[in-house]
Amino acid sequence: MAVDRDTTLAWMTSFAASMEEHREELVQLDTAIGDGDHGTNMNRGMQKAVAQLAAAEQADTGAVLKTVAMALISTVGGAAGPLYGTLFLQLGTVLAGLQEVDLPSYAAAWRRALEGVQARGKAQAQDKTMVDALIPAVAALEAATDLEDGIRAAAEAAHQGALATTPLVARKGRASYLGERSAGHQDPGATSTYYLFKSAAETFAH
Amino acid sequence: MKKLINSPDSVVADALRGVEAAHGDRLRVTFDPFTVVRADAPISGKVGLISGGGSGHEPMHGGYVGPGMLDAACPGEVFTSPTPDQMLAATKAVNGGAGVVHIVKNYTGDVLNFEMAADLAKAEGIEVETVLTNDDVAVEDSLYTAGRRGVGVTVLVEKIAGAAAAAGRNLQEVAEIGRRVNANGRSMGVALSACTTPASGRPSFELGEDEVEIGIGIHGEPGRFREPIGSAAQLASRLMTPILEDLPFRSGDRVLAFVNGMGGTPLIELYVFYAEVAKLAAEHGLKLERNLVGNYITSLEMQGASITLLKLDDELLRYWDAPVDTPALRWGA
Repeated sequence: MAVDRDTTLAWMTSFAASMEEHREELVQLDTAIGDGDHGTNMNRGMQKAVAQLAAAEQADTGAVLKTVAMALISTVGGAAGPLYGTLFLQLGTVLAGLQEVDLPSYAAAWRRALEGVQARGKAQAQDKTMVDALIPAVAALEAATDLEDGIRAAAEAAHQGALATTPLVARKGRASYLGERSAGHQDPGATSTYYLFKSAAETFAH
Repeated sequence: MKKLINSPDSVVADALRGVEAAHGDRLRVTFDPFTVVRADAPISGKVGLISGGGSGHEPMHGGYVGPGMLDAACPGEVFTSPTPDQMLAATKAVNGGAGVVHIVKNYTGDVLNFEMAADLAKAEGIEVETVLTNDDVAVEDSLYTAGRRGVGVTVLVEKIAGAAAAAGRNLQEVAEIGRRVNANGRSMGVALSACTTPASGRPSFELGEDEVEIGIGIHGEPGRFREPIGSAAQLASRLMTPILEDLPFRSGDRVLAFVNGMGGTPLIELYVFYAEVAKLAAEHGLKLERNLVGNYITSLEMQGASITLLKLDDELLRYWDAPVDTPALRWGA
């Protein structure tokens, strides 16, 4: 299946459903090392994003992603709003005007999204943040030779990246206040990033 | 969960309807996006002051909107930073042509959202200065954390910088005075119980009957240490020692002592606690010039308290004493 406006819309609808389904799980992960609102905030933001996508005709893949970005920036709050907003804004900027997206463009868009998230949040690998799921996922896309295989590999890499946050001591965000006590818990932001790629794999690559 | 609410999803909007009903004569409340603005804003030629943060810390920040303090507040969802569109709306509503100060508590979400808002305001030609509060000595300030949290000193920054703006000081001066308050203030808190956000419905951590959490933040996040509860005298000492050592406060310093309740501790206990704080301050040779005792920056129904000490100079003292007329802080007006 191609990456284009309609499949990107389907991806966003799938991610919104995923955030609703996993809201409670993300709240529990965030309660352990943060302030317990990640699932609620992401769900509120994605429901708003889907409503705004339905409210107006979207010209292309880039327009879909920018609409999602603006919805998240204005409704999510917390750190996740600006960070996911930046991620979708960068994706949308690179993919602007494209009717159908090939693997090199898609990988380049995700590289820019990763750079944007790191510039805004100042997080590095192993800081126990969403970046720990994003880095391996983007690397998997860049290493792929086929778009669908690449998206599947990215989802698997994001999953492994999220799981690997469990033993880490947080160095960014609210979990960093806990110091050593943040170890032993999976990072909620890395987990929602995994669900973003899982939705992509289920939409684009089945 | 037992709460006096209609629905977990509408807590913030419902509370703002109450604020509007109670204080509509002096405050303007907007619901899309959420802002609380002085009814007479913008004041031409006066530096505007806004702040914002997650809800659940009432009276901060909406209770501090009024002459002599904030011009507007942006309430987020409970314990969640507000969004850049709210902050931009508040900034525009209070801009009287002299620029706007953003008072931001140092939390990743608040900082990121206020950064985006400041960029948007500057793009519209409004000068913005940001004052970041980060007074919580419980957090190690290093490259490996998000830095110290903004807690009790935020109330003092809003009061003192608000008075400076009311006195006609310019944008850079008001921001400098706000930063000076932050630089000379230190805080630390203790929880006797956790709190429950309406959305999660469960306590943010579990504490035994005989345990306290030392070094808590204001969002129900756990603290740095858990230990058996001691007397008010012992707990006061447990918080005062790191505060005194950090600035450090020296014998002869003039200070404002602020004992803040976290929302679920009665005033009688806060005064028990304040007596111990005043005793320790006197033993350290501090000159207690002013004080504030009560629930000013809360964490829903959490039981506990925080101590903030602010080292004063003549100018800060003068602005602290200046008239203020807000729903939650009012004197001299």
